[in-house]
Amino acid sequence: MVENNRWGNLFAHLVLILGVAIVVFPVYVAVIASTHPSGTFLRGVMPLLPGPNALENYRTVIFEGRSRAGTPPIGGMLWNSFVMAMAITIGKLSISILSAFAIVYFRFPFRIFFFWVIFLTLMLPVEVRIVPTFEVVANLGMLNSFAGLSIPLIASATATFLFRQFFMTVPEELMEAARVDGAGPMKFFKDILLPLSITNIAALFVIMFIYGWNQYLWPLLITTEQEYYTIVMGIQRMVTGGDSEPLWHLVMATVTLAALPPILVILFMQRLFVKGLTETEK
Amino acid sequence: MASIHLDNLHKVYAGGVQAVTGVSLDIKDGEMIVLVGPSGCGKSTLLRMVAGLETITSGTLKIGDRVVNNLEPAERDIAMVFQNYALYPHMTVFNNLAYGLKNRKFPSNEITRRVTEAAKMLEIDAFLDRKPRQLSGGQRQRVAMGRALVREPAAFLFDEPLSNLDAKLRVQMRVEIKQLQRRLGTTSLYVTHDQLEALTLADRLVVLNGGVIEQVGTPMEVYNKPASLFVAGFIGSPAMNMIPVEYLQAQGATLPEILPDETDLVGIRPDELSLNPPSDASLSVKGTLMLLEPAGAESHLYIHLEGSDQPIVMRVSGVPQMQEGQAIQMYTSVAALHPFNKASGRRTG
Ligand SMILES: Nc1ncnc2c1ncn2[C@@H]1O[C@H](COP(=O)(O)OP(=O)(O)OP(=O)(O)O)[C@@H](O)[C@H]1O
Ligand SMILES: [Mg+2]
Repeated sequence: MVENNRWGNLFAHLVLILGVAIVVFPVYVAVIASTHPSGTFLRGVMPLLPGPNALENYRTVIFEGRSRAGTPPIGGMLWNSFVMAMAITIGKLSISILSAFAIVYFRFPFRIFFFWVIFLTLMLPVEVRIVPTFEVVANLGMLNSFAGLSIPLIASATATFLFRQFFMTVPEELMEAARVDGAGPMKFFKDILLPLSITNIAALFVIMFIYGWNQYLWPLLITTEQEYYTIVMGIQRMVTGGDSEPLWHLVMATVTLAALPPILVILFMQRLFVKGLTETEK
Repeated sequence: MASIHLDNLHKVYAGGVQAVTGVSLDIKDGEMIVLVGPSGCGKSTLLRMVAGLETITSGTLKIGDRVVNNLEPAERDIAMVFQNYALYPHMTVFNNLAYGLKNRKFPSNEITRRVTEAAKMLEIDAFLDRKPRQLSGGQRQRVAMGRALVREPAAFLFDEPLSNLDAKLRVQMRVEIKQLQRRLGTTSLYVTHDQLEALTLADRLVVLNGGVIEQVGTPMEVYNKPASLFVAGFIGSPAMNMIPVEYLQAQGATLPEILPDETDLVGIRPDELSLNPPSDASLSVKGTLMLLEPAGAESHLYIHLEGSDQPIVMRVSGVPQMQEGQAIQMYTSVAALHPFNKASGRRTG
């Protein structure tokens, strides 16, 4: 450990650099590709240095879209994705934190039973229940709507479970102290439990947002109108739509833009949960 | 400020644990009552029943003139100090103190006045902007006290509030709690398993055992006249020596006439034994010194009585010049004997 320090260090850094390179490389390629004119890709070689067409490409995807392939300008799709991801995230968080609150702090008949029912839904992700879910959503007339895009994805056993585990670590005396201090259950929830959960909420927010943002199959199934296309669908349509070769430079420009909102969410939430981590510690 | 009346309180937990059985107690206005007893005897349960954190299985609980059996803790006009303080970790000290007042819709200038006053009284006014995690254990303890103080409740309930502090701080806080309670004159119910804390703090002591009250009395009454074998063994350290009457008689000791007939055990406090005969009527016992244990200003002598498996403990001041293994003659004043009946466990006279 002592005399090998130098080499050990070097080795560790090599491994780390290699790891970073493996993760960063595809992102790098995507960004580079988005700066080239369409002709570059016909040769079948991926360029590794920036090209001259960055502004042009981004202008195209943002303002014109690719009308021949039926892809609208990207702004609307980004917005749709954002609305869908936010609706899913906020819906998931509110429902799961409330159900965890109910399960941990209230005694009602079949409490444990309900907990396990919620837990069991973990085994039924969207893909498994997609046909019946589609049927229900179609019958409710929610195709081509934000409600249809988000509501079926809102129930979250994972988040309920995580909040439950967290609530169980909150000392019971805190609830008792609040009761003595005259706080009813909802006041205790709002004034004490919620602020204490902020770290968990921030972390789950990131995970849920990305989950919502990356939804692919479900939006593809239930939206037929351009107005409701999400960005991930848009990318797919760009690649497969039209008769020509995929326009890789535009696809990559779209991909790059599509990655930005989740990154922003992570950056923003990270401040919160790092702060939370250092603050709630007793 | 109020009196508290417990009338035949019972608590049976779900699952059938009988934690408190038939407890009746009248706590006078402004009195400091200490509940003491071994672990698991139901002290916390009883306190939490008064607080409203546990339901009352049967019996009547009155605070002041109101029956409060079915009232929420907040409606009982009590304040509680928890063993682990239970401070709200995300709130500043100020907000920790203010929370109960805010919930009761006090005007903000009144809140500020009360919090500042309590903080000054407890010497935590320098920490009002800090979060609990930025405080030491002792300071957190004070904040927990402050949270109870600002409410100016009818009664304070303490559940082993000092047990997380180190020995020195515990003594200091004990004194402060006592002074504070005297000054404010607020009725208090204080739970501890530490008998020294109990003896020093209490106006009256309640000794609990297995969910049942063994004895209620002032610390001196309980110490000088323990009502049962349990109390005799629990209060006082080292514990009271118990010697069977038969043994004494077999040793040829003359027992005083005054002992009631059903007495078959006599208790003698370690400090009531001496190496010199007292001036009044006395009893003497012979034994062998097994162990001499110096404890600073005093020493504890462990003495083996022939034909008895229970050693006798004797407390003397200083360190006597004695050899382990040497024969010893002890004396005690007849007036200092505590007579008990073994079968009933009660004091006989
Ligand atoms: N929630 C509960 N459910 C069932 N039994 C309980 C519950 N709480 C306490 N008990 C039981 O009731 C009895 C009294 O417990 P309690 O907490 O009042 O004891 P205590 O005197 O405060 O002890 P300690 O000094 O260790 O705090 C114990 O036998 C305990 O196991
Ligand atoms: Mg207890």
